[in-house]
Amino acid sequence: MWRWFHQWGSPKFFYHRSGALIPVLALASGLILGCGVFWGLLIAPADYQQGESVRIMYVHVPAAILAQSSYAMMAVMALISLIWRLKIADAAVQTVAPIGACITLLALATGSLWGKPMWGTFWVWDARLTSTLILFFLFAGVLALRNAAGQSQTAGRAASVLAVIGLLNLPIIKYSVDWWFTLHQPASFTLTERPAMPFSMWGPLLMMVVGFYAWFFLAWLIRLRHELVKREIRSDWVQQTMKQ
Amino acid sequence: MKLGAMKPQRRNRLLLILGLVGGLGLALMFVLKALNSNINLFYTPVQVIEGEAPIGARIRAGGMVEAGSIRRSDASLEVAFNVSDLAGAAFEIRYTGILPDLFREGQGVVATGRLSQDGVFFAEEILAKHDEKYMPPEVAMALDTTRQDSMQP
Repeated sequence: MWRWFHQWGSPKFFYHRSGALIPVLALASGLILGCGVFWGLLIAPADYQQGESVRIMYVHVPAAILAQSSYAMMAVMALISLIWRLKIADAAVQTVAPIGACITLLALATGSLWGKPMWGTFWVWDARLTSTLILFFLFAGVLALRNAAGQSQTAGRAASVLAVIGLLNLPIIKYSVDWWFTLHQPASFTLTERPAMPFSMWGPLLMMVVGFYAWFFLAWLIRLRHELVKREIRSDWVQQTMKQ
Repeated sequence: MKLGAMKPQRRNRLLLILGLVGGLGLALMFVLKALNSNINLFYTPVQVIEGEAPIGARIRAGGMVEAGSIRRSDASLEVAFNVSDLAGAAFEIRYTGILPDLFREGQGVVATGRLSQDGVFFAEEILAKHDEKYMPPEVAMALDTTRQDSMQP
């Protein structure tokens, strides 16, 4: 296991091995997202109360799930970068932060668009909405800190510490709807109970979630490979790869 | 992976980070506990009835719209209804204006406004609270029909 860890921690090994994943992920995300959008927006039924507005869910829910899990992945990378000082983990933190920020913004924006017709307001300062806004600020903070002071090592460590501490926000987001009275509804999906919606709705939703993940890993991988080449531009392996 | 097997330097860094996160987490827990009542978006019917909700201040209060309690004015947009917690506690809300689409009997609402001395809540804004259940209209209609059938002897 350690050998595997060290191999993939080497930028050269990672760059050469991960290239093959790009077409796979591109095809998968394009196909799955395409089918999911078609299924969710055209075939899935409207809701008995929300009408057609329910379709915002097919973007909002995957974005919200991905926003939180991409933060968790960023924090794990930050932890690895802090403890083992792996350069690739630091590059991973730096490249995932802007993607996570965009996804969180997408979740906030689509939720807002749904909130106006359903709740009667674009925004309310309840625990779920506020903690998700904090998630966005955390992503933005990590990004700003990482790019501060000319990409120095210190900046990387500061950003990683912030990323790890921000993990505390994740359980707050998750349980905000249970711990406090909020306007946001509690979860429709739990591990222990049947979903609070029929298959005709959670089918396309699940598909969109998978598609979002595929797209996310694709975007992350492309950015990370680019960042690695940029950082190691003077090394032999980059020079050789570029010549080919 | 055993902690003892790690290099001392790395182990110390790991422990430092865990300690930092643990300490901050504990502090955060106390802050959230202290602010508990401020983080709650609205007062429940029980809190309104038992006088926990301040009178005259601008607050939010919410609950489920009681079936058969909606009274509309013929001449204006004024509407009055009761909200309950489905466990006995209920209070009256009065409001003048346009209600959200989701507003109906049995629906959760959150009202912003002021509580008067006699326990009536004068709302300036009504928000509908959506629950976590989703279903197609046909299914909802079928459910409704079976419910009515089972109620009729």
